Amino acid sequence: MIPAPFDYTRAGSVQEAISLLGADPDAKVLAGGHSLLPAMRLRIARPTMLVDIGRLTDLSYVRQDGDRIAVGALTRHHDVANAEVLQQLCPIVAHAAGQIGDPQVRHMGTIGGSVAHGDPAGDLPAVLLALDAEFVAEGPTGTRTVAAADFFTSLFETALAPDEILTEIRVPKANAGWSFIKFQRRAQDWAVVGVSAVRSNGGVHVALTNMGLTPLRATGVEEAVTGGADPATAATHADEGTAPPSDAFGSAGYRRELVKVLVRRALEEASA
Amino acid sequence: MATTEQYVGRSILRKEDAKLIEGQGTFIDNQSMAGMVWMELVRPPYVHAKVDSVDVSKASNMPGVIGVLTAADLDDAFPAGLPMVWPITEDIKIPTHWPLTKDVIRFAGDAVAVVIAESRAQAEDAAEEVVVEATERPVVLDLEEAAKDQVVLHEDLGTNVVVHWSHGGGGDQTIFDSAPVVVHERYSQPRLIPNAIEARGCLAYGIPAAGEYTLVSATQIPHIARVALSIATGIPQSKLRIIAPDVGGGFGSKLNVYAEEALALALARRLGRPVKWIEDRQENYVATIHGRGVIHDCTLAGTEDGKILGLKFVELADMGAYFQLLTPGIPELGGWVYMGPYDVEAYWYEFTGIMTNATPTDAYRGAGRPEATFVIERLVDAFARRIGKDPAHVRRMNLHPPHADAQTSIMGLQVDSANYEPTFDRALELVEYDQMRKEQAARRESGDAKQIGIGLSSYIEMCGLAPSEILGALRYVAGGWDAAEIECRPFGKVVVRTGTSPHGQGHDTSWSQIVADGLGITPDDVEVLHGDTAVSRLGMDTYGSRSVAVGGEALRQAVEKVKEKARIIAAHELEVSEDDLEWTDGAFRVRGAPDKARTIPDLATSAWHAHSLPKGMEPVLEGTAVYDPPNFTWPAGTHVCVVEVDTETGKTDILRYVAVDDCGAVINPMIVEGQVQGGVAQGIAEALYEEAVYDESGNLMTSSMTQYLIPSAAEIPDMTLDRTETPSTTNALGVKGIAEAGTIASPPAVINAVIDAVSHLGVTDVGKPASPERVWRAIQEATKGSPGVSGGPGGATPGRQEGGAS
Repeated sequence: MIPAPFDYTRAGSVQEAISLLGADPDAKVLAGGHSLLPAMRLRIARPTMLVDIGRLTDLSYVRQDGDRIAVGALTRHHDVANAEVLQQLCPIVAHAAGQIGDPQVRHMGTIGGSVAHGDPAGDLPAVLLALDAEFVAEGPTGTRTVAAADFFTSLFETALAPDEILTEIRVPKANAGWSFIKFQRRAQDWAVVGVSAVRSNGGVHVALTNMGLTPLRATGVEEAVTGGADPATAATHADEGTAPPSDAFGSAGYRRELVKVLVRRALEEASA
Repeated sequence: MATTEQYVGRSILRKEDAKLIEGQGTFIDNQSMAGMVWMELVRPPYVHAKVDSVDVSKASNMPGVIGVLTAADLDDAFPAGLPMVWPITEDIKIPTHWPLTKDVIRFAGDAVAVVIAESRAQAEDAAEEVVVEATERPVVLDLEEAAKDQVVLHEDLGTNVVVHWSHGGGGDQTIFDSAPVVVHERYSQPRLIPNAIEARGCLAYGIPAAGEYTLVSATQIPHIARVALSIATGIPQSKLRIIAPDVGGGFGSKLNVYAEEALALALARRLGRPVKWIEDRQENYVATIHGRGVIHDCTLAGTEDGKILGLKFVELADMGAYFQLLTPGIPELGGWVYMGPYDVEAYWYEFTGIMTNATPTDAYRGAGRPEATFVIERLVDAFARRIGKDPAHVRRMNLHPPHADAQTSIMGLQVDSANYEPTFDRALELVEYDQMRKEQAARRESGDAKQIGIGLSSYIEMCGLAPSEILGALRYVAGGWDAAEIECRPFGKVVVRTGTSPHGQGHDTSWSQIVADGLGITPDDVEVLHGDTAVSRLGMDTYGSRSVAVGGEALRQAVEKVKEKARIIAAHELEVSEDDLEWTDGAFRVRGAPDKARTIPDLATSAWHAHSLPKGMEPVLEGTAVYDPPNFTWPAGTHVCVVEVDTETGKTDILRYVAVDDCGAVINPMIVEGQVQGGVAQGIAEALYEEAVYDESGNLMTSSMTQYLIPSAAEIPDMTLDRTETPSTTNALGVKGIAEAGTIASPPAVINAVIDAVSHLGVTDVGKPASPERVWRAIQEATKGSPGVSGGPGGATPGRQEGGAS
């Protein structure tokens, strides 16, 4: 239960953090620590260096920025959940952040950490995918913006380079119909299957949690809805293109059937 | 302070809580000593393998490492293996169980070496560097496969089938063939991991030159551990002290004597330095005992109108890879309650204990009785379905008639007292049974995706362990008595030394209430000491809902001894004969002149300064009682659960939970309610969430709290609790015990409710735990004739890491 030996540096700025990461290929960024530290205690993760960005408080904010809402990567889940601008203009993000883990987790875990960890079972990645969010990354050569659709590349892997740091998440205004369904065994668990649905320009965006190596868009469902299908019919496409895991929470086969029920319910709720 | 106030029966707040709430408890991991070193066990990543070599050379040279020792290095440290104290039959086959395995790794918790280092981190780092070469052997986990002996765990025993015990039966056995209705069912119950909130840990130290040693251990049983560890280490009992400090729960998992305790003592002796070991949660999941892991073939003989004539159970029980302290006795402990609260004419129970490549099983809250109650109550529901009767009706018509005195039951032991019908009726009233049935009918009528089910469970349990004579007849090596000492200090305060060893039960408070009422003082005047063999010399510790029924009664008897002596001093001081005194309003008073009185604080002071005691009387006011119960106690009750099952997803929500228990007289109702709430929560966990799952190679897949689903407060419903009080005839307090009732009663209540919710769809069976997938599959199978999708439930992918969501 004690991590393998490692070095630790507290970064004073994003630039310093980037250069520390560049100097050690086995360094890891420490933000809220709620995924990394347990893995280190189990000695599954053995970084040689932790670059602690937890005190870069200028990365903690939620503000309106033109037609988008910008969320600093170090914003804690609790603050995301309680941000009025999100509650009014993009309520699914605030709501989903309020469903993560338990109050202790929400006071430590950060939106940026949740996204950069690339966990397909995490709550926020699928929400942000459904919203077509943009992720702002800063590296040694400057800043770039990555679309959510391009960001999640595989299990615990993202488009971030080893010496890049996620600094901001940008979401559109989306306060028409929406639904966030997290099917879970216990209140503090990851979703067995999760569904995020957001109405947009007459159609609906649907993204799935824990149905593959990354969060996934249910494009078959979206196309069916655009084509005029009712929720029950559209939902039969929910498992198309998915590759769900089998684990103690449920088999892949069960998840494939479960996702159809949950997508139907999400479509009904989003259009209600 | 002398008082006339009465405390027994009142929900006074727990006096032990302040230090625990304020973080001033002294749990094992709060303790450290100068010169202390850390012990880490090397448990190689094998489940079943012949050890070819253990190379400690690299680990031995790691920073901070004092030594790395294998079984061979410790050959002379242990004159005997770890004791198992309940050889339940003459021909039981007992595997040798060394603290470190000498040849074969038989389960994931088997250690081959220990690392001793200056810090815990250094010990963990070095343990990773011990290189173990081993030849893997086939793994056997399935009970029926293991019984075939194609893979034998202990070659010297020649078989995995190590014990067979039969109750011997009662009544006419032909009824199981000849009855008008005969129901056969098979139920299996998975392994469970006890999950005390504090894992195990110990600290051993001593004076080697004097041969004296102390072990501080997170244990339920300091007194029993003293005997057992003396045998294992060769340290004489006279030179071995065991201390149970504040202990963070046990649920039976600390009713044991473990390899790590023996190792810590042996290493403290060898090194002359204090040795500390703290178990981490991953270790706890493989190295601390498991519970349950049984399969029952069940037969009910009955009539078409609902009379239960006979109950018969043949059980296979998973012993795991070794015997721990009580392993083979656990199924037998349930073997006396397979009639439930019902009045049956025929009884049969037998079990076979089988070794498998998994963690040893042993007592887990309820120990044998939850296993029994689960299968009885499932079977009664199956019977009710078969004959088309309401399960409440069937239960009620079969309840054993009331008896105020002890009466011999069909299984051969005497039940102390019984009055089941009021308990049963109250439970149905509180849950609004008829109303719930109407709502169920309406939901079924409407075809709602969410359906309602109602589940009942009526139980009887055997507590107050135990009459020593019966334990002897059952081949248990120790007795079942307990002891209490009361020391009345001058000026009013009282010190109690109890042989029970609480680890969350609130004995400090309940015991104070008993003494306060007995001696006419307040609970705050009473200090209760326990959990240290040098402080409370005599005792048999805490498990099996025994503490108040045995230790509490011993305390009551010690109170009487104090009062016998105090009465003599009072008569002497008041210059009357003893017969002229009566104990009223918290003092000895002269009959007819109640103002002429002496309180216990008065008399304790007199006995202490001893200025003017009756001639020949020894100074000081004390009383000691050692009490051997003449019988067990037999709590009973009825629980009813109402669930809502989402038939599209299989998810179950509990809408109502009613528990009406009869644990005899009650010392502190708040503590009783807490025990019931916790027990029911643990039983709901068993019914809906918890299960130890292994992959085909024998690796525990549910290896952390992320995968092993302990429900949180958010998953546990509000409960409606009530009691009836049928006093026990076994002890003068009239108490029966309540610590296991919730865990015994609730799993079948919940499972019966889940099945009831979807029985109209054709579902007749859902296994434990009734996970959404299991329920969903059962519905698919019943309605479509197939399990819906290919592949079994569960299955295995690499586990998620610990912690909350990302």
